[in-house]
Amino acid sequence: MEGAADLGWWGVPLALLAGAVRASTPFLFVSLGECLTEKSGRINLGLEGTLVMGAMIAYGISFLTGSPWLGVAGAAGVGLVMGALHGVICGLPRVNHIAVGIALMIFGVGLAFFLGKPLIQPSAPQLPGLALGAWSDSRAVRAALNVNALFIIGVILTFVMAWMFRSTRIGLAIRTVGDSRDAARAVGLDVKRIRLLTTAVGGAFAGVGGSFLSLYYPGSWNEGLSSGQGLMAVALVIFARWDPIKCLYASLLFGGAGALGPALQGVGISTGYYLFNATPYLLTLIVMIAASSRDRALAGAPGDLSINSSS
Amino acid sequence: MTVSNDKRAASRAILETLGVGKVFGATRALDDVTLRVAPRGIHALLGENGAGKSTLVKCLAGFHRPSSGQIMIGGRERVLRSPRDAHAAGVGMVYQHFTLAPNLTVLENLVLAVPDRNGVSARRIDWKAERARFAQQIDELPFDADLDVTVSSLSSGQKQKVEIIKQLCLGPRILILDEPTSVLTPDEADEVLGTLHEMTRDQDLAVILITHKMREVFAYADRVTVLRGGRVTGDDEIGALDADALSEMMIGEVEIAKSPERAPTAADNVLLRIENLSADNDRGVRALDDVNLTVAAGEIVGVAGVSGNGQTELAQVLAGQRRAMAGRIQVHEEVYSGTRAEISRHGMHCLPEEPLRNACVPDMSVADNLAFRHFDRPEYSLGGLFMRGAPLARRAATLMERFNVKPREPRLPMASLSGGNVQRAALARELGEDVDILVVTNPCFGLDVAAVAQIHAQLMDARNAGTAVLLISEDLDELLTLADRLVVLFEGRAVHECTREQADRRGIGQKMTGY
Repeated sequence: MEGAADLGWWGVPLALLAGAVRASTPFLFVSLGECLTEKSGRINLGLEGTLVMGAMIAYGISFLTGSPWLGVAGAAGVGLVMGALHGVICGLPRVNHIAVGIALMIFGVGLAFFLGKPLIQPSAPQLPGLALGAWSDSRAVRAALNVNALFIIGVILTFVMAWMFRSTRIGLAIRTVGDSRDAARAVGLDVKRIRLLTTAVGGAFAGVGGSFLSLYYPGSWNEGLSSGQGLMAVALVIFARWDPIKCLYASLLFGGAGALGPALQGVGISTGYYLFNATPYLLTLIVMIAASSRDRALAGAPGDLSINSSS
Repeated sequence: MTVSNDKRAASRAILETLGVGKVFGATRALDDVTLRVAPRGIHALLGENGAGKSTLVKCLAGFHRPSSGQIMIGGRERVLRSPRDAHAAGVGMVYQHFTLAPNLTVLENLVLAVPDRNGVSARRIDWKAERARFAQQIDELPFDADLDVTVSSLSSGQKQKVEIIKQLCLGPRILILDEPTSVLTPDEADEVLGTLHEMTRDQDLAVILITHKMREVFAYADRVTVLRGGRVTGDDEIGALDADALSEMMIGEVEIAKSPERAPTAADNVLLRIENLSADNDRGVRALDDVNLTVAAGEIVGVAGVSGNGQTELAQVLAGQRRAMAGRIQVHEEVYSGTRAEISRHGMHCLPEEPLRNACVPDMSVADNLAFRHFDRPEYSLGGLFMRGAPLARRAATLMERFNVKPREPRLPMASLSGGNVQRAALARELGEDVDILVVTNPCFGLDVAAVAQIHAQLMDARNAGTAVLLISEDLDELLTLADRLVVLFEGRAVHECTREQADRRGIGQKMTGY
């Protein structure tokens, strides 16, 4: 954050922007995955576990093969498997989504810590950044505009997903399944299969989000890597009203909030560093309180999205 | 029916079931049902709740597989594994519980349900072309619908029409309607059934109409089959039958509780006074708007209206389950806000609709459920902390006896009781002790004739004993039978009020739709 110091106080908004872009990627992938799953009427709280598993696997594969992109693919694969596991278990009769999600979250985190022990020391090849700020002389600007390809992929994915929900038959089918099980059955859709698929693909997205954590920012494997980002992303989907494009905005906001502490430290304000670091958690709380109401149900929520058990 | 009749019917039937049976676990829902439906006309399927009507049509629509017997469509045996198979065979069904996705638009619902003319469904949806396609199809049908509104904003009548449009767009030869008029006003019901009646005259369309309303059977059906306990108890042209014959086929030899006399009461001591009451629904939209209402001791005030016009919210505000946004409620001329202390002091009891879901804990025992109103009274608790089992159990047994709750086994979980017994148990709790004011919502929804008669008798008894009863019901016949005064709710407003003597079916039906 030396660079921010050259610009004085101007470094704060720049660092926030840079932080928003940098730290938002895991939020973006997890929230897109959760958005997809919830649109079909299921809640997968296990994405925190998937995120951590994805981070560990990506780091491990990158370390062993030397290719960070293989690591990303591996993380997506592990996410797919963990998502499918959630999907299959929830497809059994009288199974509660929430309980399965929490179990998978703890399982994923625990398994990642167990398997990832040998990965804490070695350093793995990292994902490259795209230097979009090469035109500038200022090191701060260049650092801020050093964007990772995964972020760009995430942004493209956002718009593809929004388009899919709006204009494709599969998108319409997912929305129908999420809105009313009976309506979906009456038009001959296989509710369980669609929910299984959206949960699996949603898990894959979360896995990719995890690979960003270990292979780009912060860019190492340790047990405090995620610190609940997977859970916050679930709250973020509610904030975004189940709209992929709003998920992108909300991810940027959460990412920016996460960058507040380091940015202020960059200009020499270090009192309350840990307090500022807690901004995303505080924001989560504020979002949940603002979104709740004694008198009305959540607007935009998929009609069949329930915390109840069964399919 | 003679043999030659049988043969003639069989030769021109579009749909037949031959000895169809269906077993769920230990219960036999259908037993050797043979049904023949002609290619044109309306075929009514009449019967009490639980008679097997819904099970039978679900077999025809591919939702259930029959345990035995055959289904013939167009003279060929068909095995219907899914609703899709049924569609392919030309069977369309409009379900009792709507099967439209509520947060999607009408167009989105139609696009998913109806493949285009070539049977291909492109992966990408061309909304402009789809809109044009359905606008044209709807143009050719005698029903109308706005394609761009969200389904949840439609009234029940409009939803029903969209359901019918959806099925008709699929070009069925057989259209099944499962109690289509239970959510419609009398006028809407006449419109829908009248239009379908016309259609079955002009084209090859057979309509199977499930209903328990005798009036509709006589007005629109060409033929009627009666089911009781999963068996066919009657089957004939409509002209050959009268109402008495039909009800005997439906009910058999069940003793029906006699409706008690309406005792003359003064009805001048107002116990419940609702003033300028407004409340919002779950979506934050105004659902009750400036409603004024009084109920006096010894009268039944009926609240009529098509489902979704503020009845649910009214009952919830009175039960303390929903906050009023404006106005006030007075009970015994004191301000009332629905706290447990106030409910207990004023003897204000509420029986919401679907009590198993809204007023009971399904997994707790019947005795526990019966204790909810009084378990904290001194005679049933030690120091307000410990429940006294023996007095509570004795009380539960007495209540179950008095209100005829079967089986008389207080330790069974509430959820194991049949619908009628849950309703009676919930009513026992609310009416079991001194009750000054009773608010009931759709108390007879889904019950058989005998159960309905018992509950009506209990409500009338309560009224005669001086209870102020507010009866919120979507069944206009029930209101006309029981109420001393009627209030019509439309879009959250009390748009009409009349006494029992002034009430006429048609006029009230019109007020229910906002005329």
